[in-house]
Amino acid sequence: MINTVPPAAIFIIGALLIPLLRGRLKSIYLLLLPIVGFINLINIPEGTHWVIKFLDYDLVFGKVDRLSLLFGYIYHLISFIAILYALHVKDDIQHVAGFVYAGSSLGVVFAGDLFSLYLFWEIMTFSAVVLVWSNRTKASLAAGFRYLLVHVAGGLCLLAGIVLYVINTGSIEFGYIGLKDLATYLIFIGFGVNCAWPCLHPWLPDAYPESTITGAVFMWTFTTKTAVYVLARSFPGTEALIWIGAIMTAFPIFYAVIENNLRRVLSYSLINQVGFMVCGIGIGTALSINGTVSHVFCHILYKGLLVMSMGAVMYRTGKINCTDLGGLYKSMPLTCIFCIVGAASISGFPLFSGFISKSMVMEATALGGMNIIWFLLLFASAGVFHHAGIKIPYFAFFSHDSGIRTKEAPLNMLLAMGIAAFLCVFIGVFPGPLYSLLPYPVDFEPYTPFHVVSMSQLLFFSALAFSLLILSGIYPAEMRAINLDADWWYRKAGIAFYRFCNTPLNSFRLGMQNLLSSVVDSFTKLSEGIHDPVIHRRPMGLGIFLSLGLISLLVLIYMLSLYGRF
Amino acid sequence: MNGEIEAKKEKEYLFDKPKNVKRLLNFFYVSLLVLLLIEFFIHKHTFSPWEEWPGFYAVFGFVVCVALIFVAKYILRPIVKRKEDYYD
Repeated sequence: MINTVPPAAIFIIGALLIPLLRGRLKSIYLLLLPIVGFINLINIPEGTHWVIKFLDYDLVFGKVDRLSLLFGYIYHLISFIAILYALHVKDDIQHVAGFVYAGSSLGVVFAGDLFSLYLFWEIMTFSAVVLVWSNRTKASLAAGFRYLLVHVAGGLCLLAGIVLYVINTGSIEFGYIGLKDLATYLIFIGFGVNCAWPCLHPWLPDAYPESTITGAVFMWTFTTKTAVYVLARSFPGTEALIWIGAIMTAFPIFYAVIENNLRRVLSYSLINQVGFMVCGIGIGTALSINGTVSHVFCHILYKGLLVMSMGAVMYRTGKINCTDLGGLYKSMPLTCIFCIVGAASISGFPLFSGFISKSMVMEATALGGMNIIWFLLLFASAGVFHHAGIKIPYFAFFSHDSGIRTKEAPLNMLLAMGIAAFLCVFIGVFPGPLYSLLPYPVDFEPYTPFHVVSMSQLLFFSALAFSLLILSGIYPAEMRAINLDADWWYRKAGIAFYRFCNTPLNSFRLGMQNLLSSVVDSFTKLSEGIHDPVIHRRPMGLGIFLSLGLISLLVLIYMLSLYGRF
Repeated sequence: MNGEIEAKKEKEYLFDKPKNVKRLLNFFYVSLLVLLLIEFFIHKHTFSPWEEWPGFYAVFGFVVCVALIFVAKYILRPIVKRKEDYYD
């Protein structure tokens, strides 16, 4: 038995030492950090640890149970993969931000009280934005600021909710909350911003594609999945989540189909995947929660893999738009294979990881008799194959030959992708080990003949639709364009509203102010020089007379109004 | 001229040959057929009546994907498409 520390501490304190190291030592240190963290994690027994008295409250830095542990495992695993992928990067700020971001996400996952949860929640926001700004372009700077504003607003909403909740209940313990009153609704919405709910989502496709190539792996992992964790902890079985999740699975697909930037396509497909998780939380049965949590585990790996493969393409070619890419399988065959593994996993092909997790949520909706939701999720399953499963590999690596000839991705990137790809297949073929870690006992068999055949039919005939539409030229051509999303409200409408307030309303106010002050001026002029005997020209009585007259008028109006009332 | 010479020099890749593309597509069409036929030989463990219909998943997958493309292309894109410098 070794002495353990809060999982967040290793990452956050460890991150601060990174700038002190150089060369090979730094690389070893970066890779060791998640490994040490993982060894620490597996030695923490279930239960409540590291309770610190603060004022009259208990801050809990270690609420360890099967739910938080599974998130802990996958966060350590992806941190290792992400840092291996980023090993060639010389920019210390990115490494530090990445580990602080991962560490604060671990802090949220193991937080047993609302105060420390909020603290880590905010650290997440500020460390994530550094990964956007580290790109050091004008676009990333602007997107980072928008990201920050949205998340600070969401954080304030959460804080307001927490304060009200603590006043109402007298406890800061973080556990089941459920929708009851204003406080819980505010917390719910605060979580929802990070979870990219419909209409609260535009920060995601706005900021994520602007993040650095290597920081993207962290970005695509932590914020949304940590929001899924807190929702699973505090709002399981909340019916609203079923619909929110179902809409999340469906609407981004349409955007993804017409989007040109492949990293933005991945952003939309992230919302789609998180939708399955949110839906599972809303259903709230043991099967659906298991489905959500296993989907988180698989999703982090295959989405990370897809993001890494697109990052490798961007690293080698400097391009990420469908219109600029194509034919890259010729120069980057390994990256291409890894991308296809990720694509097959996200689509849920048999023998790949998405198959064994998404189907649990699907079955939970079927068992609950939620037919509309079931159809929406089935549509989303076909749609995700369409845009993430086919579109991304097809337009990047095949399609028309862009003529780009480049080198295969660097070794550390290939290794990181290789590990993720191996795990995607391993989990798909042997789901047992993952199932054994889930919060509830698993009574689910993914590999029934009917399930395999039905999912294959769905996916193969979606592929048929894709190929027929491509061959017939109906498939929407790639275009250099952007597509408006809900961020239009704060990027255009907000500015227009500001201008409306500034120009007509403000000039109206100024005009009124000038008018009034000139009226007041003319009154004061009447009594000008009253106290100056030398320039005392106007009879003093006039000013007094006018004032008296005004007061009498007011008194008269007052008396009349009193009279009218009786 | 230079371009032509370079193009000749470059190695021919897997899908540069139309024959290979054709092979892949044929393999794909055959697997579609197999998937449709195999359904009649397996035990169906279903939750809802429509899952009993033969080829339900195949038809559903095909139809919704075509619908998805049409909605995205002819309804969503005309509404939301803007020039790349729209926000600048």
